[in-house]
Amino acid sequence: MARKIIETRSAVSGLVGKFRQSTRRIPLLAWLLGWLAAAATEYFVGDAISYYLGLPKIPVLFGCLLILKKPLFIPGVMGYLLLIYILPVIVVARLGRGPANRLAVLLARGSVFIATIIHLGLFYLALHIWADISDYRLLLLKLTMVAVILTLSLNVINGYMGEFSCSHPGFMALGAYTASTITLWLFADDKLFGSPLLSPALGPYLFPLALVCGGIVAALGAVIIAIPSFRTRGDYLAIISLAFLFIVKSVIENLEFVGGPRGMSSQPDYSSLPMVFLGMVSCVWIVNNFVTSTMGKALCAIRDNEMAAEAMSVNTRKTKIVTFMFGAFWAGVAGGLFAHILRYVNPGSFGIQRLAEILAMLYFGGLNSVTGSIIGAVSINIFSEALRPLELFKWIIIPLLLILVMLFRPTGLVAFTEFKVKKLMRPKG
Amino acid sequence: MPLLRVDNMSHFFGGLRAVHKYNLVLEPGHIVGLIGPNGAGKTTIFNLITGIHTPTSGNIELNGQNLIGRQPHEIAALGLGRTFQNILLWRHMNVLEHVKMACYSQLEYGLFGAFFGTPRRHREENRITAKALHLLKIFELSEYQAQLVTSLSYGVQRRVEMARAMAINPRVLFLDEPTAGMTPDELNRMITIIRDIHQNFEVAIFLIEHRLKFVMELCERIQTLVFGEIIAEGSPEEIQNNPQVIEAYLGSEDVS
Ligand SMILES: Nc1ncnc2c1ncn2[C@@H]1O[C@H](COP(=O)(O)OP(=O)(O)OP(=O)(O)O)[C@@H](O)[C@H]1O
Ligand SMILES: [Mg+2]
Repeated sequence: MARKIIETRSAVSGLVGKFRQSTRRIPLLAWLLGWLAAAATEYFVGDAISYYLGLPKIPVLFGCLLILKKPLFIPGVMGYLLLIYILPVIVVARLGRGPANRLAVLLARGSVFIATIIHLGLFYLALHIWADISDYRLLLLKLTMVAVILTLSLNVINGYMGEFSCSHPGFMALGAYTASTITLWLFADDKLFGSPLLSPALGPYLFPLALVCGGIVAALGAVIIAIPSFRTRGDYLAIISLAFLFIVKSVIENLEFVGGPRGMSSQPDYSSLPMVFLGMVSCVWIVNNFVTSTMGKALCAIRDNEMAAEAMSVNTRKTKIVTFMFGAFWAGVAGGLFAHILRYVNPGSFGIQRLAEILAMLYFGGLNSVTGSIIGAVSINIFSEALRPLELFKWIIIPLLLILVMLFRPTGLVAFTEFKVKKLMRPKG
Repeated sequence: MPLLRVDNMSHFFGGLRAVHKYNLVLEPGHIVGLIGPNGAGKTTIFNLITGIHTPTSGNIELNGQNLIGRQPHEIAALGLGRTFQNILLWRHMNVLEHVKMACYSQLEYGLFGAFFGTPRRHREENRITAKALHLLKIFELSEYQAQLVTSLSYGVQRRVEMARAMAINPRVLFLDEPTAGMTPDELNRMITIIRDIHQNFEVAIFLIEHRLKFVMELCERIQTLVFGEIIAEGSPEEIQNNPQVIEAYLGSEDVS
């Protein structure tokens, strides 16, 4: 058994090595162009190709759902993946390697900001075209981006700071309810708050402000936890934050003006794909800025040895409180986005199950790593969607996967790495 | 005016009298040693002055400022650097990051800069990086700058701790058994390093040490602590010849 695992591992790593060899000289820019080409191919000829391959319609999630429901479609789906995704990506990435490298060289000379904007623009375009195929994809994509924000913000607390917080769904709820209250009250005609106070046309532009308000309320909630928890050294945070989660939930359940147990509904449709994308990008950017600064690295020092950090002039208590609020803020923003994606929230959306989901994404992806959080959130989200047809078995496979990761990589897939934008975008020719 | 002054400091751990009526006067630029048998309360004195414990009674002043009731990080920022007897480094950080971290209180950018990566933040980070690199050179640590501290030998780890302590711009440096576990080679190197930083940085040094050769060679004045009380204080010669010291502490060891 053990030998078999080792053999498979070495085979896998051999394959990975070969793949790396052949793709080493392709810069990110060329990959993005490849993805864009794939998305465009699907957009224009996806319908026709799926028809010729005998598929009922365009497979929404790389054919996973289709295969699991009707294994007969496996050859058709394989052909589809090859024609629509693999072929365009490889062809465009290979052909575009030269020009892309030259462009990357040019961008590397200029400011990082402009280079990042160009990369993000291409990335967004590919996502947008991909999501245009179906509403299901759009929804999945938005929820995945929200999951990235949630995972990353929990990573700041549970990973970088090394505490164990359980209150993330609570912060999310605070953000979701605050943002929903603001948008419903100001911009929408609904049964809770009556007719809008401001012109609904302003709504989409002021929505970011509503999100920030949600984040701030969540951060204020965090202070309530932080002050007693960080007064002395010890593991109080886990307990206090868990209590907070339950308190928030039951308070919301009993507040009639936000709908009580029935929740709030018919939020305006402000969480558009660009909006959510922007939220995610800001979160990644700001969190990454923070954790790579000496001020943010103080978290690492506090986690590894608090006494030494204090003795080296680090204000550990303030750092912890501020960081905890920072994490809560982003959970609140994620909550606001979430509420306007589903356009319906109730207290039940913010319970222990949500906590388990976020923790799973965090520990799967890896502690102390921005890349890890992104990978964890995306893979667990897509995976659990892809396995949906398996119903009950999904809840065996995903935990099993988590256990495997914990066995072979106790800190997660990509733990303790720095996310270096410059390195990611560098030319490779 | 003395740089560091401790008056009548006593401390109890529950019923245990760890330090009793302790006094210290440290003049700028001096090196004072603290010796005494295991469990005498030497480390406790360090912890009391650096704010980790608050003394049950007594007074502590650094540069005329009262230290009682201040947090350890405030005391550090006032110019008190220290190392730890049982080397306290940060497992997941490399050597350069260690030294940069100790510049924390000197950073002139706030949370805004940390979140949004302002030009000021980049300037500040570059400034402390340059400073840290300079310190690494002085402590002969440049070759290790990108390594995690867990991969370093004991002697090198001690040097990292000292470089880190020097990064907070200390006026007083506390060294808790800086040569514990070192080979004779490393020990001689440590003597040179301490002399160097003492001369180049105009820092007063207060050190705990078990190896008498080391204390005698470096210190101008030595205190002997037994059961939390100073039983003798004076120049190395006086201490060496003090019958009480010989009886209480030196008796079992080879003085020369
Ligand atoms: N945090 C604490 N709580 C309770 N008792 C303590 C604490 N720290 C130290 N002590 C006790 O205080 C006494 C003095 O300890 P201290 O560590 O200061 O001795 P030391 O002189 O540094 O000894 P060594 O040479 O072994 O380092 C010991 O009896 C020790 O057990
Ligand atoms: Mg000691």
